[in-house]
Amino acid sequence: MNYKVVAHTLGWVMNIEAACMVLPLICAIIYREPEAMTFGISIAICLVLGLCLTLKAPKKKDMYAKEGMVAVALSWIVISILGALPFVISGYIPNFVDALFETVSGFTTTGASILTDVEALPKSMLFWRSFTHWIGGMGVLVFIVAILPLSGGANMHLIKAESPGPSVGKLVPKVKSTAMILYGIYLGLTATEIVFLLFAGMDTFSAITLTFGTVGTGGFGVLNSSVADYSNAVQIIITVFMLLCGINFSIYYMLLLGKVRDAAKSSELWVYLGVVALSIFAISINCSGLYETVGDTVRHSAFQVASIITTTGYGTTDFDLWPSFSKTILVLLMFMGACAGSTGGGIKVSRIVILFKSILKEVKLSAHPKTTYKLTMDGHIIEHSVLRAVNVYMAAYLMIFVLSLLIISLDNFDFTTNFTAVTATINNIGPGLSKVGPTCNFSQFSSLSKLVCIADMLVGRLEIFPILVLFTPHTWRK
Amino acid sequence: MNIIIVGCGKVGQKLAEQLSQEKIHNITVLDTRYNVIQDLINQFDIMGVVGSCTDIDVLAEAGVKDANILIAVTGSDELNLLTCLMAKKTGNCQTIARVRRPEYSKELHIFKEDLGLAMIINPEQTAAAEMARILRAPSAIQIDTFAKGRAEIIKFKIGEKSPLEDVRIADIIKKIDSDILVCGVERGEDAFIPGGDFILRRGDLVSIVATLKSGVDFFKKIGFNTNRVRDTIIVGGGDTAYYLAKILLATGVKVKLVEKNEQRCEELCSKLPKATIINGDGTDNNLLLEEGLEYAQSFVSMTNIDEENILLSLYAKSKMEGKVITKVNRVSYDDVIDGLDLGSVIYPKNITADHIVKFVRAMNNSIGNNIETMHVILGGNAEALEFRIRENSKVTGIPLSEIKLKSNTLIACINRSGNIILPRGRDTIEVDDTVIVVTTNHGFNDIKDILE
Repeated sequence: MNYKVVAHTLGWVMNIEAACMVLPLICAIIYREPEAMTFGISIAICLVLGLCLTLKAPKKKDMYAKEGMVAVALSWIVISILGALPFVISGYIPNFVDALFETVSGFTTTGASILTDVEALPKSMLFWRSFTHWIGGMGVLVFIVAILPLSGGANMHLIKAESPGPSVGKLVPKVKSTAMILYGIYLGLTATEIVFLLFAGMDTFSAITLTFGTVGTGGFGVLNSSVADYSNAVQIIITVFMLLCGINFSIYYMLLLGKVRDAAKSSELWVYLGVVALSIFAISINCSGLYETVGDTVRHSAFQVASIITTTGYGTTDFDLWPSFSKTILVLLMFMGACAGSTGGGIKVSRIVILFKSILKEVKLSAHPKTTYKLTMDGHIIEHSVLRAVNVYMAAYLMIFVLSLLIISLDNFDFTTNFTAVTATINNIGPGLSKVGPTCNFSQFSSLSKLVCIADMLVGRLEIFPILVLFTPHTWRK
Repeated sequence: MNIIIVGCGKVGQKLAEQLSQEKIHNITVLDTRYNVIQDLINQFDIMGVVGSCTDIDVLAEAGVKDANILIAVTGSDELNLLTCLMAKKTGNCQTIARVRRPEYSKELHIFKEDLGLAMIINPEQTAAAEMARILRAPSAIQIDTFAKGRAEIIKFKIGEKSPLEDVRIADIIKKIDSDILVCGVERGEDAFIPGGDFILRRGDLVSIVATLKSGVDFFKKIGFNTNRVRDTIIVGGGDTAYYLAKILLATGVKVKLVEKNEQRCEELCSKLPKATIINGDGTDNNLLLEEGLEYAQSFVSMTNIDEENILLSLYAKSKMEGKVITKVNRVSYDDVIDGLDLGSVIYPKNITADHIVKFVRAMNNSIGNNIETMHVILGGNAEALEFRIRENSKVTGIPLSEIKLKSNTLIACINRSGNIILPRGRDTIEVDDTVIVVTTNHGFNDIKDILE
């Protein structure tokens, strides 16, 4: 393996993280908070480490699939560790495992927290917490590929390992342009939401932090009540933007190019929108009577459905109090997740569609053993390698899920808590049910369980394989 | 520019590699094989489309409407022509087709005009032309021409007892008194653009810039054979051999052609009445010796099997003094092959790709790029670029010794309205010159890029 290239990439990740920390530093200066010092120290640490690794460009720039996977997995671990520095240095989250949990939860856009009182944090800390969502949403390495002149086509391995979905492709022939287009759309969505929230009468700080949490489909809020205390208009804006960010970004690119008809061909999009509509409808009927007006019921169910299916994890109401049918729908939506190529997590709608189609194929094959049958999606044949990857992904996903559940159960909480805690972390959602419900948090868990959750969040965000490759001895053997 | 490459065989892959290295093009490759496309997009910064190239929807998906150039290099001539025709009708792009059947080669201009093709390339014919050029100057390993053929970059090897062995580059002119400029040296796996203090060693591959006359003069003075060959033995009677024999016969070179297949021999006999066609196994060393291998002035191995060619050439090298050319189709272990004493090695796929890349570059020039020609030299480690100076800038009008160049960059030659100047420190660059720059840096697009 080419260690030097991996180290070089890691160095750039650290440099970028240092650059990202400048924003909360500015925030601290604006609000005259003493945490400016904390961020200053953190930036210095990141920069020193980063510059050490990046000053000398490696001679051999070969990056193959293995290097790409390892670089991505290590990058995410490194940014999480360095990202936890401000929390530890400032003393707001003194325990390192807790701080790491909070940061990983931020970068992986999970939004699960160990903080019991969010409002106690200074503004600059809250800003950093939310900003990690924004960075993690589209991905750090995608950003690096977009802005740095790294070597040619091999960068695709980085993007492939970092981007969600069964088959990651390019929008345009060049990786760099693809990454820039993705970030352009991302920035566009961010700016639009901020403007909308400001128009709805929100203060600038909340508008920015909530937007980071929404477009990154993260879920960190700045109030203990998440989004419940904001006006209806704000809640509706956030609902819409959560749903928008759960859509495959390549669809926005097609729309920008004016290819409306091509965009409308995406079966993933229609399944996603269909599931959202159906769930809102079912929950609204199931929960009727819980809220004063029909409008309230629909608004709450729409917000919760959007929040869960896009794996954001904001809440306007305590859905732990909903009837069992509604709760079950939400848990199922947790597994489904958003579209491939969006900022959301979960198994992804397109994988579900592919799995569903392959079940249909097997049924047909059982009845007519000699039928020739090719699976297609949006008019394209699904190659065998893609299908195999989806099946193996599901198998690995289930195994990791079961193993995590087993370890977490050592803490002796009830089954719903354990099950939804794993579900909420591996799918990058945030809140689960019962003891990890929307009004509670993960602080009661033991350190071991927290570490398991941290691992699950990373596994979920990077879609399993980069992390598995990193921890397979075979990768490191010479 | 937006470029579509149709067909990802040997040439298609090579093209994808070379064009993607230029970094200014948006490249889409198209092939029916999913795995080939996957491999390519993992290696290079390009996009891939899987499908049939004569399907209008697939072409549309590959972006034929916005394409500037479509290059059709599938295995089938007819498919290539048809694809070009369809691309021309649906989009508004220049088209390049590979057409290789000898029957078509006579009618190429008809195809070109009637189908509106920008370029037709026949890999076998191009490779044969390249071989014929090498046989014309047998001491050189590789020759690249610039300034409309007035200047050349010639690569040769420093052999035993060469007067250049252990000589400082700055002393060459004193010692040999010939107007040439050393622009690159390859030693083992390393390539240098040497300064005056660099000392040449035996076994070095040296590239020099010279005019046609000074090159011949220089080779004479260092004791190299400068006469073109008068006879040749070709082993293998494929299409390339046919084209090569035809070119050589036309210039009065005696050709002996060894071919295994009797039917093919008869065919070649009627097509090449002046050549001596021998029906026999070229790998039979007795046969080769019987046909006078030891006394031949040149030997070309071009059977269909690369390994056989390599062994044949090694054998020929051990038996004869003359020039040896080896054709390698597929093998991609360039480093290993370069280490063997095979004479000049010809890779038809690279030659085809080079020609197409040159065309693409020429087209790029018409939209504001100043590179006239470009050659990859020093075994792929450096580029020789010919710039046209269109306006006054920081590099014009001042003596070269006062220009601060980037490291590993050399101004190799100035062409001032047909006069070739091999520049020394006091020479200047003027408007309307073309200047050849040799560099190991990549991505120069303008003469100003040479400045530190």
